[in-house]
Amino acid sequence: VVQTPVTDVGAPASSVVRESGYWLHLIRAIETAGRRLYLQGRLPGSFYDGRGQEATSVGAALAMAPRDVACPLIRDMGVHLVRGVTCAEMFRHYLGKAGGPMEGRDGNIHLGAFDRGTIPMISHLPEMLPVGMGVALSRSRRGEAAAAIGFCGDGASAGGVFHETLNLAALWQAPLVVVVERNGYAYMTPESKYLAVPELATRAAGYGIASWSGDGNDVLEVRSLVGAALEHARSGAGPALVELFTFRMHGHGAHDDQHYVPADQLESWEEKDPLVCWRAHAERMLGWTTADQEELEARIEQEVRAGLDDALAAPYPPAEGLAASVFAA
Amino acid sequence: MSDVVTYVEAIRLALQTALGEDERVLVLGEDVGAGGAFRATRGLQEEFGELRVIDTPISEAAFTGAAVGMALDGMRPVVEFQFSDFLTSGLNAIVNTAAKMHFRSGTPVPIVIRAPAAGGFSGGPFHSQNPEAWFLRTPGLKVVCPATAEDAGILLGAAIADPNPVLFFEQKSLYTRIKGEFRYDSSAPLAGAVTRRSGDDVTLVSYGATLHLALDAATELALEGIDCEVIDLRVLCPLDFESVAASVAKTGRCLIAHEDYPEYGVAAELAARLAGELFADLDAPIARVGAHFWPIPFSPPLEQATLPDRDRIIEEVRALAQF
Repeated sequence: VVQTPVTDVGAPASSVVRESGYWLHLIRAIETAGRRLYLQGRLPGSFYDGRGQEATSVGAALAMAPRDVACPLIRDMGVHLVRGVTCAEMFRHYLGKAGGPMEGRDGNIHLGAFDRGTIPMISHLPEMLPVGMGVALSRSRRGEAAAAIGFCGDGASAGGVFHETLNLAALWQAPLVVVVERNGYAYMTPESKYLAVPELATRAAGYGIASWSGDGNDVLEVRSLVGAALEHARSGAGPALVELFTFRMHGHGAHDDQHYVPADQLESWEEKDPLVCWRAHAERMLGWTTADQEELEARIEQEVRAGLDDALAAPYPPAEGLAASVFAA
Repeated sequence: MSDVVTYVEAIRLALQTALGEDERVLVLGEDVGAGGAFRATRGLQEEFGELRVIDTPISEAAFTGAAVGMALDGMRPVVEFQFSDFLTSGLNAIVNTAAKMHFRSGTPVPIVIRAPAAGGFSGGPFHSQNPEAWFLRTPGLKVVCPATAEDAGILLGAAIADPNPVLFFEQKSLYTRIKGEFRYDSSAPLAGAVTRRSGDDVTLVSYGATLHLALDAATELALEGIDCEVIDLRVLCPLDFESVAASVAKTGRCLIAHEDYPEYGVAAELAARLAGELFADLDAPIARVGAHFWPIPFSPPLEQATLPDRDRIIEEVRALAQF
């Protein structure tokens, strides 16, 4: 692998370690509650979570500067939370209620708010990569130091737009950081059936762009790698690709029992759970205790309960506004 | 007093005016720096630089997606597709990302997609299509099809000023064939049909290149004593149904003629609405003329047998008048 040297972004401040732990646990709790609602038949549509992958979106979002943008996908809730979506808004969104970021026009984990630096995804992958690139390019050409993170699964890296975009980003020296979440499966298909090379980061050389790769389950490593790539992009040095090794611990959605994933594969990744990995950091860097952990979990449980209660009580959006939403005035 | 210019020159001048007036305007697409396949961007890169008139590789999905991102950020990108047939290569960015963005999130996407459409010169199945109906069935897209050089300038300026995604279907067969005054007014409405000829007997609704066939047919039919009113739709979405309805209420007879297939398209939509809303005013069934429902063939006589022509319009109008 042609590895671009890691820029030393320095050891994270203890506040960053603390904050990243909060987001990791909050995602886990929101998604656990959402999944339960879905299985109880109380959540419309389908339900997708990012269990086991929480560190990629949290670490990446914590590396973003205020004017950076991101195109999060369905396992990237961390970006939304870090960029200001509240627990209550998240549940309102899941339930299709008023007061969610998409006002019931879209659901699942398709959301975004441009003023928060997130662009709502479409289901077609990896169609959001060029969109993020366009925003960041527009900003950088106006003289702003801004970059975009385009998230992409390893499965979607087989799509033509992935290649078109990396080529175009390299030609335009666009400040785009493509974060590939290497989670091993494209829905039911294992990577052996869609990836012809052992490491996706090697492809970056073919486009003439920088690349990094590392442990996607270590939130601090993710923050450091994506931070280096974003800095590279913001500095005008061109696009970058970051490959983050992780694993999808649940099925594609809550309806998918993952019958096709070998048990030992799940077991080996269970040991590398991002929350467990974070706790080791916290113990080492913050002297994190069992009491600290219990306090964090209790606080989050309360927050999730309150958010869920708010959303369950919230009204649905009125249908009268639909026609007027189609066009901007 | 403005100069009389060709249809394609009106487009070039509109782009030049927009680039000059508004720093947010960008032009991008294949070969635009060298002037573009139809010379609609000739000289613009020299005047405005490579960062505002941007050459792209053959990557429609990526550069259209990028333009959507630029538009989200407040720029006013004008994307040139070399042929409207190639819109399929950038379809997701148009019909899924751009078209649904405002509905889903409230963020506008002010992007214009210029797409040279229409046949008549042996372009074959992949350089002759009229794909407007594909886009008309997608909520969130405005669709424009100018038939005159004046409208090419006016409607392009209005499209660039509009805060929504706009498909701008230029007519290749009109590019250098027709001339008119160059007019540019970014505050012009991106809506509204125009009556190109007044008449009492039959309403002829058309747009784009076919409008000129309809006008020729009306001239010929007048010699037989059939007085046609010819309406140019100009903007297909939002559709100015009221103007069409007012005319049909007067004449009681209507033919809709366009180069696109009549099946499932503009003519089908108009016919359904007219039948639904003006049933009591109609003195004859609504008639439609368009390309026959097969791919546009290459060989000149085969293409001629496929596309609508003046004689087919005349024949249909005669039948309506005699009904």
